[in-house]
Amino acid sequence: MSTEALEPNRRDFLVVAGNAFAAVGAASLLWPFIQQMNPDASTMALSSVEVDLAPVKEGQAITAMWRGKPIFIRSRTKAEVTSAVDVDVKNLPDGLARNENLPADDPATDANRTIKGHENWIVLIGICTHLGCIPKGQVMGDERGEFGGWFCPCHGSQYDTSGRIRKGPAPRNLEVPTYAFMTDTKIKIG
Amino acid sequence: MGGRTSNYVATTRWGKWLDERLPIGRVVKNQFIDYPTPRNLNYLWTFGGILSLILVGQIVTGVILAMHYQPSATGAFDSIEHIRRDVNYGWMIRNFHSVGASMFFFAVYVHIFRGFYYGSYKAPREVLWILGVLIMLLMMATAFMGYTLPWGQMSFWGVTVITNLFSALDTIINGLGTAIVEWLWGGYAVSGVTLNRFFSLHYLLPFVLTGVVVLHIWALHVVGQNNPTGLDLKEADDCIPMHPYATSKDAVGIFAFLLLYAWFVFFVPDYLGHADNYVEANPLVTPPHIVPEWYFLPFYAILRAFTSSFLGIPLGQYAKLCGVVAMFSAVVVIAFAPWLDTSRIRSAKYRPIFKWFFWFFLFTCVALGYLGSKPAEGVYVVASQIFTVCYFLFFLVAMPIVGIIETPRRLPRSISESVLGKGGGGLPSGAAAAPDVR
Repeated sequence: MSTEALEPNRRDFLVVAGNAFAAVGAASLLWPFIQQMNPDASTMALSSVEVDLAPVKEGQAITAMWRGKPIFIRSRTKAEVTSAVDVDVKNLPDGLARNENLPADDPATDANRTIKGHENWIVLIGICTHLGCIPKGQVMGDERGEFGGWFCPCHGSQYDTSGRIRKGPAPRNLEVPTYAFMTDTKIKIG
Repeated sequence: MGGRTSNYVATTRWGKWLDERLPIGRVVKNQFIDYPTPRNLNYLWTFGGILSLILVGQIVTGVILAMHYQPSATGAFDSIEHIRRDVNYGWMIRNFHSVGASMFFFAVYVHIFRGFYYGSYKAPREVLWILGVLIMLLMMATAFMGYTLPWGQMSFWGVTVITNLFSALDTIINGLGTAIVEWLWGGYAVSGVTLNRFFSLHYLLPFVLTGVVVLHIWALHVVGQNNPTGLDLKEADDCIPMHPYATSKDAVGIFAFLLLYAWFVFFVPDYLGHADNYVEANPLVTPPHIVPEWYFLPFYAILRAFTSSFLGIPLGQYAKLCGVVAMFSAVVVIAFAPWLDTSRIRSAKYRPIFKWFFWFFLFTCVALGYLGSKPAEGVYVVASQIFTVCYFLFFLVAMPIVGIIETPRRLPRSISESVLGKGGGGLPSGAAAAPDVR
């Protein structure tokens, strides 16, 4: 056997190629083992729910369930709408609409948080964007925070009547889910 | 291990046969019977043995509980009540397990603070120390997933809050955090699917932990035990055989600890828990005040200290990310202690300045624990922020600087001198260095 370094021969090539194939094969086998933990087909299938708004009077709120998440639906009073419209978007901690029905970079005006013609209704995913608690403010007598919207009891995040974060550790506005008015008193979420 | 000469002699034919094939008796004799132990170990050194015992206890009671428990959103809560009321001695085994988790953390915190005080993290024990930090991380993950299993309100909302920590990554790459959280949950919210996988991992991790504990003990037996003087073993007089000396002292410590454990189990089993966890999980109602188990409170206080501003510095949308990073850093920074501490003197007994910083650090941790149990508002937030800064200053400023500016006290020449006084080193009257001397 020679002690000098030789040009790579056929055997070197086969060893490198064989090991590379084994490595790629092992790595790709990993994917199913990761993917099995993602939401399964039965969870994904629960895609939409319809909610009847007829019994909800002005100033009242109801909570619906969609994909295992609470959905806040509030019929806002005139004063609540006005206070939400009057806010200057520039002064908000999160200036984006966070509305699934609109492009991602739309500003967080009250108009962009609601649906045209139904501005008194606000529909939100009722999960605090800080660490996932359910904010208070759906039931009469709940603490609603300084801005009259929702107040998260876990770490003190405060949302206004448009569901926008105004104070506290939460980074984003409450999300507006994909939804549409089927009739004037019925919405379909998802 | 250690390269010491072995005085193990197999006496029977069967013993000789086994010794040539698997020298297990030799290892036990060398490492756990004749093993040279510093003669001056105090009761703080019994916590290693205490921790090993609790680990075994948690595994035994856990395996039994798994025989009666149902890991499903519909069955979990009821099956815990079934264990407590119907299963023979189920109440006792369940209490051993749930109180055992608290005792485990209590003992591990004593063990860690002992390491800080006597400088057990310093060379040559760096790997031993890092393995210890890894064990603490595994304990935290295991305890967190275990607390999910009763499927009460605190279980459910604890998991929701802690898994949501990963969504902080959304501020770096949009959508990454959400994808990770949904992957952890197996859905769009915490559900029975989440419970099921946490049960599987809660059963697995203690065995991983046991593996790391074996490495921890191995590393310990390579470098030898630290001791209250922090000196290396130099003379034959410095050490005594592990058995029966260290083992009998360990036994006293273990029985004292078991008294405390038993008092909790039999008299106040729910004292360390939360009443809210006896209400079944409800995804639509968050309890008014979510608090983790007591052993996570200091870290929880650090997480919550980062509100929209931190000591007047506005954080805006990065508040959540900062809180999460600080909380994880609070654990990770411990692993760097061997290199952050610049002093070559191990024991704080001979470090007049560091000693005060140690006690203040202990106070900081207790204060953070208290603040973690309080609502995140007003003066509590400011206090949490101040103590969070103190926590990190201990590692990043006090440890490096004190080591440079401090003049240590005069060290004894050896361990035996510190025990017997100057001119000692010979045997004091009535003391036996080895059991066969008497």
